[in-house]
Amino acid sequence: MPTETKTVTKASLAEELYERLGLNKREAKDLVEQFFEEVRSALEDGRNVKLSGFGNFSLRDKSERPGRNPKTGEEIPVSARRVVTFRPGQKLKARIDAYRGDE
Amino acid sequence: MDDAVTKSEIINALSEQQRHLGYRDVEFSVKAILDHLADSLADNGRIEIRGFGSFTLRYRKPRMGRNPKTGEAVELDSRYVAYFKPGKEMRERVNNL
Repeated sequence: MPTETKTVTKASLAEELYERLGLNKREAKDLVEQFFEEVRSALEDGRNVKLSGFGNFSLRDKSERPGRNPKTGEEIPVSARRVVTFRPGQKLKARIDAYRGDE
Repeated sequence: MDDAVTKSEIINALSEQQRHLGYRDVEFSVKAILDHLADSLADNGRIEIRGFGSFTLRYRKPRMGRNPKTGEAVELDSRYVAYFKPGKEMRERVNNL
């Protein structure tokens, strides 16, 4: 069974800034919101984002491909689109590689 | 896409928006956010950032692979990989071709 780790959310990150760095609650909440907005708007502008120590967000352009409605079986093409992918940086990847689960 | 945005650019942009905080506070805050995300993910925790996306580890079964140089079969252990699922707002805003 996986360990009961609390889900990290914007609220829990803000809590962390409030407790560890002494920002007031308003500032902490705003900063967390603005941080994710900066990353998102960079990606929206077509720029990749490199966060050393964590990982990189990259954009990929996918061309149209044939698809199917899984319920009806009807064929409908999946339109060309731009998607975001995440790759952990070296440091985080090494930590994930070391993770062996709980067995 | 080669002009990637870096952490320091994001810190600069945030300290412009949070003028009362000071650069160091913003810098420490961004580092604290990233550390917290990394710690959680490395311990198989779940991260859910509404409008942005969620991060989880995904299990990969052990499999037989090949040394690409020698062609020799090698056993690859099971492992975990990071998986990011973009949230709805992220998907919609990024897909603006």
